[in-house]
Amino acid sequence: MATEPAAAPPSDREEKILGIIETARSKRAKFRDEHITMSHGAGGKATQGLIEGLLVPAFASETLSAMGDAGAVSVNGLELALTTDSFVVKPIRFPGGSIGELAVNGTVNDLAMAGARPLALSLSLILEEGLPADDLRAEVDAIAAAARAAEVEIVAGDTKVVERGHADQMYLCTTGIGRRDPRAALSTSALRPGDRILVSGPIGEHGTAIMLARGDLGLDAEIESDTRSLWPAVDALLDAAGPSLRCLRDATRGGVASVLNELARASSVAMIVREADVPVSAEVAGASELLGIDPMYVANEGKLVAFVAPEAADDALAALRGVPGGEDAADIGEVKTEPPGMVLVATAFGGKRVMDQLVGDPLPRIC
Amino acid sequence: MKFVDEFRDAELGQVLAGEILATVEPGRHYKIMEVCGGHTHSIYKYGIDDLLPANVELVHGPGCPVCVIPMGRVDDGIALAREPDVILTCFGDMMRIPGSDGSFLDAKAEGADIRMVYSPLDALRIARENPDRQVVFYAIGFETTAPSTALTLKRAKAEGIKNFSCMCSHVTIVPPLRALLDSPDLRLDGFIGPGHVSTVVGARPFEFISESYGKPVVVSGFEPLDVLQSIHMILSQLTEDRCTVENQYGRVVPYDGNLRALEVLSEVFELRPHFEWRGLGFISQSALRLSDAYADFDAEQRFTVPGVRVADPKACQCGEVLKGVIKPWECKVFGTACTPERPIGTCMVSPEGACAAYYNYGRFAREREVV
Repeated sequence: MATEPAAAPPSDREEKILGIIETARSKRAKFRDEHITMSHGAGGKATQGLIEGLLVPAFASETLSAMGDAGAVSVNGLELALTTDSFVVKPIRFPGGSIGELAVNGTVNDLAMAGARPLALSLSLILEEGLPADDLRAEVDAIAAAARAAEVEIVAGDTKVVERGHADQMYLCTTGIGRRDPRAALSTSALRPGDRILVSGPIGEHGTAIMLARGDLGLDAEIESDTRSLWPAVDALLDAAGPSLRCLRDATRGGVASVLNELARASSVAMIVREADVPVSAEVAGASELLGIDPMYVANEGKLVAFVAPEAADDALAALRGVPGGEDAADIGEVKTEPPGMVLVATAFGGKRVMDQLVGDPLPRIC
Repeated sequence: MKFVDEFRDAELGQVLAGEILATVEPGRHYKIMEVCGGHTHSIYKYGIDDLLPANVELVHGPGCPVCVIPMGRVDDGIALAREPDVILTCFGDMMRIPGSDGSFLDAKAEGADIRMVYSPLDALRIARENPDRQVVFYAIGFETTAPSTALTLKRAKAEGIKNFSCMCSHVTIVPPLRALLDSPDLRLDGFIGPGHVSTVVGARPFEFISESYGKPVVVSGFEPLDVLQSIHMILSQLTEDRCTVENQYGRVVPYDGNLRALEVLSEVFELRPHFEWRGLGFISQSALRLSDAYADFDAEQRFTVPGVRVADPKACQCGEVLKGVIKPWECKVFGTACTPERPIGTCMVSPEGACAAYYNYGRFAREREVV
């Protein structure tokens, strides 16, 4: 039987290779692809390459480079936030919501994550020839209702119709403007070791609801999209934690895992997530298990991740739990020092692993 | 979750970890290969490595059926998908495997109609729904998934569906293991046997590993307690100088396999004389093709596929990594020409392959307590 010495310290060659990898990792993501693939829209590494490698350098805007959910604009001392988002979800209606509701809440939430109280939205409709007028009416009603609930006004709009087959039923685009709240001092680079990581409720519901609503998995479960305005949660957090609230993100595309990875890089810190403390409903856990997908990477439309200085974390968690929809908010982990840029998971089984950035769409595995 | 949580109990995990620690001989280094990609995934997902002493090293084996598909066969699939009336269907994890000029995902972006399915029966449904299109199922996997392909082909034949065919890249588990074991520089002490494959073939086919090559095999389930228990069983065999095939996954794996499934396999498929494996080269009788009775459903006969062999790059040393002869960072192209974004070899193609894991988690991955 072979007997070898137990793991030795890294050799010179291994050190050199580790150095090459670390240099490659710290470089800004490049956009070198020949075609746009679905991965570029999935919120993982390819999306990051597209944004950091093509868009940010092309527009050379300091605000844009900060890569917040909304850009900061100051007008004569008035602190505003501006953001835009488009919605191409399929199917357009799904358990718990519809494209119209998403279009309002998605943009409202991007403003809220920048610590801005949403004020007004614009709405663009791109409609496919042949769309039943009743479908459009239903979505317009959904938009109006969501706007009322989020206390924002739709103040401008546009309508285009494209030939049959050139769009899939309808696409929506909303742009939102909000007023930055003076209580907020949020920044993607503000995270410090010791900060606590909170999520506002059970994760993975929207993405799972959509996957099941597409119907090709032959799975039935009572899972509804979690789409909702997050401003009330942000308002409560700002009241409870004020400047101790370091950063906020809504965990949409790419899920909680992508938010954590993005911020670990932006703040050059490590994070440790306690898997057992992450709230996941039994239905989402079951569907993920069957589909071979990790709910940490599944999209949410009404959940935020908050990074809070340790002294204010308990108050912040209590505040979150006091907001409708935040009853199951949880403290899921902590910001650490080493290894910078990496997110680790303490698994419920007692091991540790790296929770990496998503490469491409989350594809189910056969093996 | 019922029937799942029982096998993920952290306290029992600690108990097993303690027993493993008590079993290993200090100063002795153990290299155990988990043959199956599913085990690699469990080990990674639950952080099982972390519960092992540092002198127990797990080596990821050749059992990820998508990662071993050679570039030429990916190219063949893309060529089929580019035929004007073809819909190519395949499992999700095949989508990212690179050919010589991109993956299925890239081909899809360029306009090829490639659709992900969860079951070959879904591919057959697509064929029924699109009678004016040719639907090809790009079949991959070991004996685990081959029976479902076989049953789908039987159904297609029974229903007389003319626009459905199968490009078969199913592989078999024993030949690559034999190829690994035959290599003179192999440094492995034991094997975690593939659980899913064994539900079909049973545990008996692995007896040659203990009998002719003197290495213990434990056929294992996929939950973390299964894997830990299997590791403990292998280490116990090594410590007690025993060497045999044991079945940890008895709740699912009959020692002689699933005779019904094996029957269907032999009806629909026959062995190919040889098949190329990415990273391992040509291996005799290591893959399946459609039998003569199903020749009408063979996409390679229905269509003209290029069938061009694309050699693995010379510098790629996946074979040596798989055999445990070298570490990922000792490969000449590791981290420079071969990266997770642009992988060359099978160990980098799969996110759980030894090279991809080392690339992504390098420093973190090597920090474990030494006994």
